[in-house]
Amino acid sequence: MTTTETPGMLRRILDYSSRADPYPLYAELRRTPVARQEDGSYVVSTYRELTELLHDPHLSSDVRHLSRPMPSAEGGDTPAFINMDPPEHDRLRRMAMRHFGPPHTPGLVAGMEGDLTAVVGGLIDDFAGRDQIDIVDDFAYPFPVTVICHLLGVPRDDEPRFHVWVDDIVNSIDYDPRTDPKEKLDKGVRARQDLRQYLGGLLEQRHGRPGDDLLARLANDDGPDGRMTDEEIISTANLLLIAGHETTVNLITNGMLTLLRHPQVLQRLRDEPGLVVPLVEELLRYEPPVHIIPWRAAYSDITVADTVIPKGSQIMLMLASGSRDPNRFHDPDSFAPDRRDNQHLGFGSGIHLCFGGPLARLETQIALTELVQRLDRPGLVADPPPYRRSPVLRGPIHLPVEQNR
Amino acid sequence: MTSAENLRAFKRDGRIVVVGASLAGLRAAEALRDEGFTGSLTMIGDELGEPYDRPPLSKQVLTGWVPADGTTLPRRRDINAEWLLGVPASGLDLANNHVRLADGREIPFDRVLISTGVRARPWFVESEAALDGVFVVRTREHAEGLQRALAAGPSRVLVIGAGFTGSEIASICRERDIPVTVAELAPAPLVGALGAMIGEVASDMQRAHGVDLRCGVKVTRLEGDTQGRLRRAHFDDGTTIDADVAVVALGGIRNTEWLRGSGLAAGVWGIACDTGCRALTLDGLVTDDVFAAGDVARCPNPIYEYRLISLEHWANAVEQAEVAAHNMVSGQADRWPHLSIPLFWSIQFGVNIKSVGVPTFADEVVVTQGSVPDHRFVAAYGYRGRVTAAVSFNNAKWLDHYRKLIESAAPFPPPCPTPDQPVDMKPVPVDFPGPVLLAQGATVVVTGHDPGERRVTAAEQHHR
Repeated sequence: MTTTETPGMLRRILDYSSRADPYPLYAELRRTPVARQEDGSYVVSTYRELTELLHDPHLSSDVRHLSRPMPSAEGGDTPAFINMDPPEHDRLRRMAMRHFGPPHTPGLVAGMEGDLTAVVGGLIDDFAGRDQIDIVDDFAYPFPVTVICHLLGVPRDDEPRFHVWVDDIVNSIDYDPRTDPKEKLDKGVRARQDLRQYLGGLLEQRHGRPGDDLLARLANDDGPDGRMTDEEIISTANLLLIAGHETTVNLITNGMLTLLRHPQVLQRLRDEPGLVVPLVEELLRYEPPVHIIPWRAAYSDITVADTVIPKGSQIMLMLASGSRDPNRFHDPDSFAPDRRDNQHLGFGSGIHLCFGGPLARLETQIALTELVQRLDRPGLVADPPPYRRSPVLRGPIHLPVEQNR
Repeated sequence: MTSAENLRAFKRDGRIVVVGASLAGLRAAEALRDEGFTGSLTMIGDELGEPYDRPPLSKQVLTGWVPADGTTLPRRRDINAEWLLGVPASGLDLANNHVRLADGREIPFDRVLISTGVRARPWFVESEAALDGVFVVRTREHAEGLQRALAAGPSRVLVIGAGFTGSEIASICRERDIPVTVAELAPAPLVGALGAMIGEVASDMQRAHGVDLRCGVKVTRLEGDTQGRLRRAHFDDGTTIDADVAVVALGGIRNTEWLRGSGLAAGVWGIACDTGCRALTLDGLVTDDVFAAGDVARCPNPIYEYRLISLEHWANAVEQAEVAAHNMVSGQADRWPHLSIPLFWSIQFGVNIKSVGVPTFADEVVVTQGSVPDHRFVAAYGYRGRVTAAVSFNNAKWLDHYRKLIESAAPFPPPCPTPDQPVDMKPVPVDFPGPVLLAQGATVVVTGHDPGERRVTAAEQHHR
């Protein structure tokens, strides 16, 4: 397999005009599974090569191992574990997981089912008497934000403040110095500082005051790995706050959009509530909330698909393309909720596998179940709906839906 | 009738008998129905009750967390089978195609799958094995009995044999704060499976958790009191130890005795078959209607020089069951070979140990990632300059990478450094008896002169 360049292909994918349907471009991109770009970076788009790389210990998440620095990287701040390698990554993730999942806190996510259902029910109650709702603003955004705020111990009333910061941060993730105004980057940097300062203030109040929320637990708990430093706690909380809702908003919205585009599946979900479990997995494959891991670094030379990626190279992982690879998934462009052997890349894979995946699954299962049960004859107002800017965390910015038609 | 018509008729109303109703048997039955087999399906098993999962029996069941009857295997689909449980099979008649049961019944078949597995190797002195307090762990009843004995708060548990099962049980004892002595003939725990380097790590782990580990010793006698309760164990170095529970963890015996005289290449080493799970006769001919899967099957693996390997691994049972089931209802052109890389896991002393490949098929081992003193690392195994296996301690998520190295015969030691580099990356000798271990026990006698007369006779009739 050669690494012929595909000039312009990546740029076309990143261009906003492709946002509503990048999948035909992914198909073209997959003709060159490992594609070297003009700037020396590599784009990987096929399932086998992506899974190989995600499990390859030579692939680094530490920005210091890039031979050319990233313009959008968090300069100076303590990175969160998503941007770290073992052993520090393992230690911090383990310390955070102690309070979130098995083996130390196995019942947390499952125990949230009642609360999640109540939040969802309350939001849908507010739809009453309205002919048109916005699935994003009225539902898919407020729901996971409420959940992650509660989990972390961030006051829900502060949402308007951190909403702006999170938007600016997400917008700066895919900053490209060739096409984007410098302001986009600066805004992101400023927003990071503001958010860190805000979280630092909340953390301050928790020292010496044990409590149930994650901030209090991290601030006061001494596990076998010791205690995180304040900087580490802030970075972790920062990561969980952003990842905890930005992604789930898109998963729920993509889910409703997909169901409205497949009315028979929507009807089946009404009739067979158990279908929601495989359906959400298929959604994670078919319309995932995270399309791209924008960068990883080659710690040493990496061989993939007979291509040697030299040490220090930047590698972009096109996860959503891999989940549509016909060499892995039969009829990949059809939405098939009964699909078996569905090892999608919706949550990534390997040591950086989505930390909050179990929560995102449950949130989306409950959200879609309740929406299809309670919306009366829902229909799309516009197809495609308007999309957010980001090609990385991809999803509609609004999803207007009519009901009681 | 053409062979295609035959196959269609067989899939529609043929008779399949599965001997051995545990993991491999159940998964094969489910796969047969998935493949569209609508004929009659008979499940024969010597244990009563629903098929159940065994890995938890030496782990969660012994801590008391999961009740022994809570390990029933999940059903992936309805298999619409006739279940003949509680009576073991006692013979296989390939001239008349039927399975004989111990109660004299004869069950006819068109095709048969043998998945009779392994049983625990009992203590070698029957009267001592019968002492109250002496256990093996293989079945649900065994685990339930041992769990009760541990819950009663014994003064000391003696574990005889520090393979995976013995080490897991020792770990549970320490978790329950029960004093435990582990006696192992080899120089360290896990040495037989993973070699000397890992054995040393395993020794450290056991001692750090307060296990009284005694290596290089043999238990010679188990002594009971007048009520027939275990009191004391004697070692070959003349020492003794007082214990009221002893767990005999000396590995398994393959359930192949019932196949004696069947003409199959079955013996203490398992049932030889091809990669398609079709059993071989003693002469080494492939049969068409007899298949084997799971712990009892012994398949060639091309990656390991086509050696015949039998594996007592959960994933191996599942994968062979699927391959065997597919091939039982498929024509020659559509047959699947079982070519997957072995996978194994254990949990002990708070560490998740996982391996890919066949670690015994190696001459050198090297730590490639992490830190051995911290008990979190990956070690790669090599044989003549290629990667053949890897073992991880609390680092299992990297093993897919090593599986790929094994599949692609990648050079050993792996040349490129990774983050989290170990202090020392020099390969050391693996210290096994060597790959020859995999083939031990297979001795046969060939008779006759003309090609039409030459036959193999069963080795066990001439030796033992």
